[in-house]
Amino acid sequence: MESYILPDRLCLKNARLIDPALNLDQVGDLLLERGIITSVGSVSASGNTLSWNLNGAIICPGFFDLHVHLREPGNEVAETIRSGQESAAAGGFTAVAAMPNTTPPLDQAGVVRWVIEQASFFPVSVYPVAAITRGRKGEELTEMVELRQSGAIAFSDDGSWVLSAEVMRRALEYSLLVDAPIISHAEEPTLSKGGQMHEGEMSTRLGLPGLPRISEDVATLRDLMLAEYTGGRLHLAHVSTSGALAALEAAQARGVKVSGEATPHHLVLTDGAVVGYDTSTKMKPPLREAEDASSLWKAIKSGVIAAIATDHAPHTSEDKEVPYDEASFGALGLETAVALLWDHGVGKGLLDPFEMVRRFCHGPRAIVGLPIPALKEGAPVELTVFHPDEEWQVDKTRFYSKSVNSPFVGWKLTGRPWGILKGQRWAGRVEPKF
Amino acid sequence: MDHERKNRPLTSRHLLGLEGLAAEEIKTILDASEAMKEILDRPIKKVPTLRGVTVVNLFFEASTRTRISFELAEKRLSADLVNFTKIGSSVSKGETLLDTARNIEAMRVEVVVIRHQSPGAPGFLADRLHSVVINAGDGAHEHPTQALLDMLTLRQKFGDLKGLRVAILGDISHSRVAMSNVYGLKAMGAEVMLCGPPTLMPRNIDALGVKVSYKVDEAIAWADALNVLRLQLERQQSALLPSLREYALTFGITLQRLGKAKRTPVILHPGPINRGVEIESAVADSDASVILDQVTNGVAVRMAVLVLLSAPEVLM
Ligand SMILES: [Zn+2]
Repeated sequence: MESYILPDRLCLKNARLIDPALNLDQVGDLLLERGIITSVGSVSASGNTLSWNLNGAIICPGFFDLHVHLREPGNEVAETIRSGQESAAAGGFTAVAAMPNTTPPLDQAGVVRWVIEQASFFPVSVYPVAAITRGRKGEELTEMVELRQSGAIAFSDDGSWVLSAEVMRRALEYSLLVDAPIISHAEEPTLSKGGQMHEGEMSTRLGLPGLPRISEDVATLRDLMLAEYTGGRLHLAHVSTSGALAALEAAQARGVKVSGEATPHHLVLTDGAVVGYDTSTKMKPPLREAEDASSLWKAIKSGVIAAIATDHAPHTSEDKEVPYDEASFGALGLETAVALLWDHGVGKGLLDPFEMVRRFCHGPRAIVGLPIPALKEGAPVELTVFHPDEEWQVDKTRFYSKSVNSPFVGWKLTGRPWGILKGQRWAGRVEPKF
Repeated sequence: MDHERKNRPLTSRHLLGLEGLAAEEIKTILDASEAMKEILDRPIKKVPTLRGVTVVNLFFEASTRTRISFELAEKRLSADLVNFTKIGSSVSKGETLLDTARNIEAMRVEVVVIRHQSPGAPGFLADRLHSVVINAGDGAHEHPTQALLDMLTLRQKFGDLKGLRVAILGDISHSRVAMSNVYGLKAMGAEVMLCGPPTLMPRNIDALGVKVSYKVDEAIAWADALNVLRLQLERQQSALLPSLREYALTFGITLQRLGKAKRTPVILHPGPINRGVEIESAVADSDASVILDQVTNGVAVRMAVLVLLSAPEVLM
């Protein structure tokens, strides 16, 4: 995918403009001049203005995915920074946070700077999340101050839980120096050892060892208690159980500085999707039960969960086209997230459009303290474009990701991401017409 | 050589498990097994039914009994057979199941019998091959031919499976034998109780419509038949069991324990037996035991499955 340079004056006509922060939801035009929004509403195009008729597509402040795995450095066969950026643009994300479980891991300032440099050639911003501990081993803290100064926006040993409560305590304390959240992958590993899918009726039927919900609940509760004790900021990655949600909500009510994210696959799928042993349904935390999914929808609606994050986790077919218990954990997310939330969330009345945009744009940026784009005059251009009525089918030959491990292949969805506008550029699945 | 099958006696082309099989289909297999058993009682125990059909026995996991039973079934039916075992073959040299599948596909064999440690591995092959796939045990998922031979043995003993009370005893959470028996017996209208220590009982197993008990005496008093599972001896190394000794004392089937019940249930065991652990010798060798009938029936059931899924005359 190449990005397009926009003309100096471009009028986007006949769009549905949505910005919950401005209480804006109306059909109108948007005038962009050299990377700045200069007019919102009805634009009378003058002679030297090119225009693009969006035919009712939604334009909203740019979506930010707080949790992606770009696999570079180390596993460029599965994904590269560039292919991940293209996948993000195709999915409607203007920015992503890249998790540190690469090879080498993002545990030193040089690697963090290198990732940012690699990402600078394409309009999707990549914000590195640095490791909490050196080598993600859970033993010694990384140099958080230097990492933060080098561009890391948060810290996480994602993929593993920080097993030592002492180390996690110190990480939360030390993070007060850098004003960045500690992101927890809450999984108590002795309880989940050997597990392949959510433990319950389905794992029993399929004969697969279980990843029990208490593994996540126990880990979540410990980290919440440590956050409360230390005053550090905790962010819970990919919350998947109703128990962890209840603990999160109770901690927020007590004033603990804690936030949470949920993935589209945990919202839309349950462990029933594992029947047939499709390895793209294998991820951590695993697909849970209907009761968990409905708790997640409620938490997304109420704002207890402030961010939808995809946990985009590309894997090669060598890692996935194997028996279920030999397959790697993880599923693609970037290119289907917006359509899933629009179709299965807004379309089913579980969310309204403002709530959806907030969870994709405002919520995740607030967690890491990034400036929030807006649809107003004078604001820099950072916009997501998707069409609410277009139907499409998820086709594994049409992913921009280098991998195809999506559990949604073959799904028909209503609402199709077109791409993003960022500065004076367009990138996306659709070619601009002006 | 992919035959278009008409008037198939079974709905599926493969036998991947008993989950979802209708009572009528199970009855078809058991009836066919009786016919095969009659062949096994003849002086010349060989028929030409599968002449020209090639069967690959793909055993990724050591299993002398099931493999020999399948081999014998294939030989009695005059099939050509090829054995792949894990030891000394390409499968132990890092070849993936996908590569194995591609190679088998290239060899154009008619039937693949697979034993694999991964649940779902037979389905993985079935999705990628034109051959008929028969599951000979996949992890803790299913072992359909074992459950079929258990049901055949019970039917011979009791005449009908409907209303029969069968208790399955032991390590339920790691048992494909238990799972296939639950599906098969429930389909045939039998009642099933699962009994074992709570650490070896899978989560939400009651959702399968079975009774669950942790008390072996309760199971003995309730059951018409007791299917005693083999205990994997390494279970005590994880936190699942304190010791084999305690397991034997608490769950082992002994004459003394059976003597407490009003009537003695029929005793089944899928083998091989750990004598003195899950069952004492005096019980295994007693009149109540049908363990050797199970072995004979195993060959008959496997012959029936092979014929129903792949015999040329059913392939017309
Ligand atoms: Zn994670």
